[in-house]
Amino acid sequence: MKDYILLFRGGLDFEAASPEQLQNNMLKWKTWMDKLGAEGKLLGGERLTKTGAVLSGKQKQLSDGPYAEGKEVVGGYLAIKAKDLQEAIEITRDCPIFENDGSTEIQEIVKM
Amino acid sequence: MPEPDRHISELADHLFRREAGKMVAALTKLFGTGNLQMAEDVVQDTLLLAFNSWPVKGIPDNPSAWLFRVAKNKAIDCLRHNRHLLHADPEESLPAGPDIDRLWKPELLQDDMLRMMFACCHPKIPDENQITLILKTLCGFSTVEIAKAFLIPEDTVSKRLYRTKEFFRQEKLRLTIPSGIDLESRTNVVLNAIYLLFNEGYNSTQSENLLREDLMEDAMMLCRMLTEDKHTQQPEAYALMALMCFQCSRNKSRLSPEGEIILLNKQDRTRWNYELINQGNEYMNRAAYGDAVSAYHLEAAIAFEHCTASSFDTTNWPQILNYYNWLYRITPSAFTAINRTVAIMQVDGPKAALEALQNIPANNKTDQFYLYHAVLGEIYIRLGDCANARLSLEKAIQITRSAAEKRILREKIAALLN
Repeated sequence: MKDYILLFRGGLDFEAASPEQLQNNMLKWKTWMDKLGAEGKLLGGERLTKTGAVLSGKQKQLSDGPYAEGKEVVGGYLAIKAKDLQEAIEITRDCPIFENDGSTEIQEIVKM
Repeated sequence: MPEPDRHISELADHLFRREAGKMVAALTKLFGTGNLQMAEDVVQDTLLLAFNSWPVKGIPDNPSAWLFRVAKNKAIDCLRHNRHLLHADPEESLPAGPDIDRLWKPELLQDDMLRMMFACCHPKIPDENQITLILKTLCGFSTVEIAKAFLIPEDTVSKRLYRTKEFFRQEKLRLTIPSGIDLESRTNVVLNAIYLLFNEGYNSTQSENLLREDLMEDAMMLCRMLTEDKHTQQPEAYALMALMCFQCSRNKSRLSPEGEIILLNKQDRTRWNYELINQGNEYMNRAAYGDAVSAYHLEAAIAFEHCTASSFDTTNWPQILNYYNWLYRITPSAFTAINRTVAIMQVDGPKAALEALQNIPANNKTDQFYLYHAVLGEIYIRLGDCANARLSLEKAIQITRSAAEKRILREKIAALLN
């Protein structure tokens, strides 16, 4: 088994979403995560707010917010277990983020 | 490990939507109407916290209580950070502690929603803005959803909301239930907004879904609140409630599984919801109290005749025509005039109906409505005048934006050609 991190970008626009949309989308996330949990594949994760900053380069230049574009910002991450990248991709296919045109980056975590 | 589906099935349908309306109303009372946006933000933040936490931590045993508790804490934070703002107007200053503790008392919540309804339906706010604000604040619709429901650009919805919130800010409107001589007229404004909301659901102008049951349910929920409060339970409110019950009772038979319209004469009457018809009857009995006969009374009486007829042909058309004549005297609208001619056709035949339709005063601008041309087409069909029937039906197709209406009109034309 390998560990993977899933980085979520975009998806439901929380500020503009209606209560009904939030509830329906939340239940889909819960169903998906519960299934992963029941299969012992869920390691953990968090949601991220939109506030943050970026320090970059030798000058350690500071800029507000990770990116200008909202949908480019990582909105959350999950760490999961999977046999290989292929299985991690299959697991991610069921993620509700795609219904709202979001994207998920899948990266293997180096085990030390 | 949490049991996956246990809580999901326990989470009531539309819980967020329902609780959002209550919370916005209660928080608006707390913050003052000028700070409606702040109330909406607190509620959105609360729902978002549930969104983030429930999938991970599981759905709490009492989801509503969880939402209320979080919203209350956020509200207290908000008041702390905005003291200056709230104190800027002593009328809207933050209340003493105990009021916050009583924020979510069920009997107060209902009252808060009523007050909010009256604020949304202030006579100085245009009809369309009233409904827009009711949907946003009390029914939990997003800007996009309102735009879709009324086939208008999102931008228009945002502007309407913005203007109404500005109005609240400038007028420093208090959240009160009007009293004395104002009560009746103000309640009628609220009833009108509910009526329009219901009609939008009953015969949606949206092209895909002809029926919007969510809008109908919301309209009934709001009206039921009026009938449950001793200040606002006037006969008109009961009559409107009766009308909505009767109309809703036919929902299941109005559309085929493919979403095609089934006309009244072809509907399967065994599929009508007789429980709702009975409820409608009860509201009708209460509406009869006093001597007010409003348009709602008459529309409900007409709907009652339809609901209780065993078939289209045995419908008591003369009685319906009587009601339409009366209704037309009270509200001489184009819509009433056109519907009245349908009853005339049933009672006195197509020739009399054609005459009545042609006699509708021009200032009613009836020929703007697709219904006018659809009814005219039907009259010509009965008169055997195929050419004119076709012209009228084609005109109706041009005007209506509903795909289902267009299809049924085309079917009528096709039948003419055979």
